[in-house]
Amino acid sequence: MALEIITANRLGDGLVIFLTTDGWSARIDAAAVSETKDETAALLARAEADAGLVVGPYEITVERQADGSLHPVKYREALRTRGPSVRTDLGYQAA
Amino acid sequence: MYVYDELDRGLVNERVEEFRDQVNRRISGELTEEQFRPLRLMNGLYLQLHAYMLRVAVPYGVLSSTQMRKLARIARVYDRGYGHFTTRQNIQFNWPKLEETPDILAELAEVEMHAIQTSGNCIRNTTADQFAGAAADELEDPRIWCEIIRQWSTFHPEFTFLPRKFKIAVTGAVSDRAAIKVHDIGIVLVQGTDGEVGFEIWAGGGLGRTPMIAKKIRDFLPATDLLSYLEAMLRVYNRFGRRDNKYKARIKILVHEIGADAYRDAVEAEWADIRDGALALPEQEISRIREAFTPPAFEALETASTAFEARKFEDRGFARWVASNVRRHKVPGYAIANISLKPAGGIPGDATAEQMDAVADYADRWSFGELRVAHEQNLVLPHVRQEDLYDLWLALGSVELDAPNIGTLGDIIACPGMDYCSLATARSIPVAQQISERFADLERLHDIGSVSLNISGCINACGHHHVGNIGILGVDKKGEEFYQVTLGGQADENAAIGKIIGPGFASDAIVDAIETIIETYLSVRQDGETFIGTLNRLGQTPFKEALYGTA
Repeated sequence: MALEIITANRLGDGLVIFLTTDGWSARIDAAAVSETKDETAALLARAEADAGLVVGPYEITVERQADGSLHPVKYREALRTRGPSVRTDLGYQAA
Repeated sequence: MYVYDELDRGLVNERVEEFRDQVNRRISGELTEEQFRPLRLMNGLYLQLHAYMLRVAVPYGVLSSTQMRKLARIARVYDRGYGHFTTRQNIQFNWPKLEETPDILAELAEVEMHAIQTSGNCIRNTTADQFAGAAADELEDPRIWCEIIRQWSTFHPEFTFLPRKFKIAVTGAVSDRAAIKVHDIGIVLVQGTDGEVGFEIWAGGGLGRTPMIAKKIRDFLPATDLLSYLEAMLRVYNRFGRRDNKYKARIKILVHEIGADAYRDAVEAEWADIRDGALALPEQEISRIREAFTPPAFEALETASTAFEARKFEDRGFARWVASNVRRHKVPGYAIANISLKPAGGIPGDATAEQMDAVADYADRWSFGELRVAHEQNLVLPHVRQEDLYDLWLALGSVELDAPNIGTLGDIIACPGMDYCSLATARSIPVAQQISERFADLERLHDIGSVSLNISGCINACGHHHVGNIGILGVDKKGEEFYQVTLGGQADENAAIGKIIGPGFASDAIVDAIETIIETYLSVRQDGETFIGTLNRLGQTPFKEALYGTA
């Protein structure tokens, strides 16, 4: 199976976050990676238990790059990890 | 401008406190997201790709300088220093925090603004001609009737959960700048046989996945009957509009399925029951609202200002800006100044806090403190003395708001697209940026002349692509952005839905395709013929051949 991770938006400021092994991170590379359907289901269940902190968790497919970093397969999700392509001074890409 | 009375103020303030409590309960965990989502949407707070988005209503596109300064302050203090003016005359902030939203709404309430009716299946913020109260071709100021509709529709208990959202547009002029024929209800102010002002009523227009031009429902509706008739129209829609399928729930589907005649008959029958009831508008109430829109204290001026004419003669750049951005005013010696939010290579509709503050200052100095938002995502100073236009133009240049491109290919309507929107299937803004850059040369741009180009990043058509002379729809094709092109759309009194020209284009080919279309027009146009004129005369064939060959 393709690699999957869980993403959501943070309740307080709406920013994009990823489920890690022990919480949530704004960094996709910190995400907990699932390699099986069962693992994904378990991660999603954990994410949904955090409904008081996050909004709308769902799984996305990622590829691991040679340097170990994670890259979303869909362009929409890649945009979410960076920020608007037309305002590179905003979002995570600006940091 | 209309000033809130105690009732308006009370409603808006109560709503702010109610929402503050709801936000607190969501943060404390008392409310689930499922419970909270409809509540935040009723207050204009969406969740988009990167963050929350707050859509603030600009009722019928009218802003005072005070309100504009408040928007600038919100952009600066609570957001990232800018706002985005939308295709429904509203403004969106792209980065508000949930916890701070009640404070934003409280600040907006201080200047009689809110985010009510900017989401959900209710009667949305009514839109109007951005030249209302100023246009030379106007029968009467449509804002009077927009305000009456606003008061009737706000929190209307019967129409809070319609089958789908509902949009009303009003124009008081011969030239339709409010795109009334692509609204759920379109209203045109017309003169009755005795010279009295009444309304021509249209229904069932709309864009989205099933674009349709509205059907005329009534030739003349007396002014006193406006609300009772609208109530009857909504009531018939609320009862018979489809709730089984979201994509078939708009009134356009109902009007299309049962036919305009059957819809009209049902409305007239309903209306007969309520016409003389509580909704009949007393002349006294109409007068009260009309007074709120008393024209500002215009000076008695000569029709033409010699200083203004001299400036045009001396300064070619100014003359060009006047030719494209200034429109005729109903009062001699005055003009309507359009402020383009479309610099070449810029993001259509975006304005920085500094620009908003500057424009508010210019409104105070040169336009009686009044501003308008156009659905084309531009701003308007409605009442400028001709002899002040030169100073205004210089001032606009100092904040990069002097693009001389209103109504040209540079004046692109574009939705936020996938750069911001969670519904989008492709990006819109980069396509707009590349096209406006490609056609940045002003000689060429003005030679091409009047043409509308509208871009949407998904089938919901917030970018009005169906009614652009040239329309671009971004779709997802196997994970790649892909762009379909339509030709022949019009949003004015000759409203028409554009037709797909042929197979779509990849993102690296779409700008060339648009250039091919424009070059084709330039090669076959007759003297003085606009793009749409040439297209209507020759049809799609020459454009198709240029794009795809004669095969």
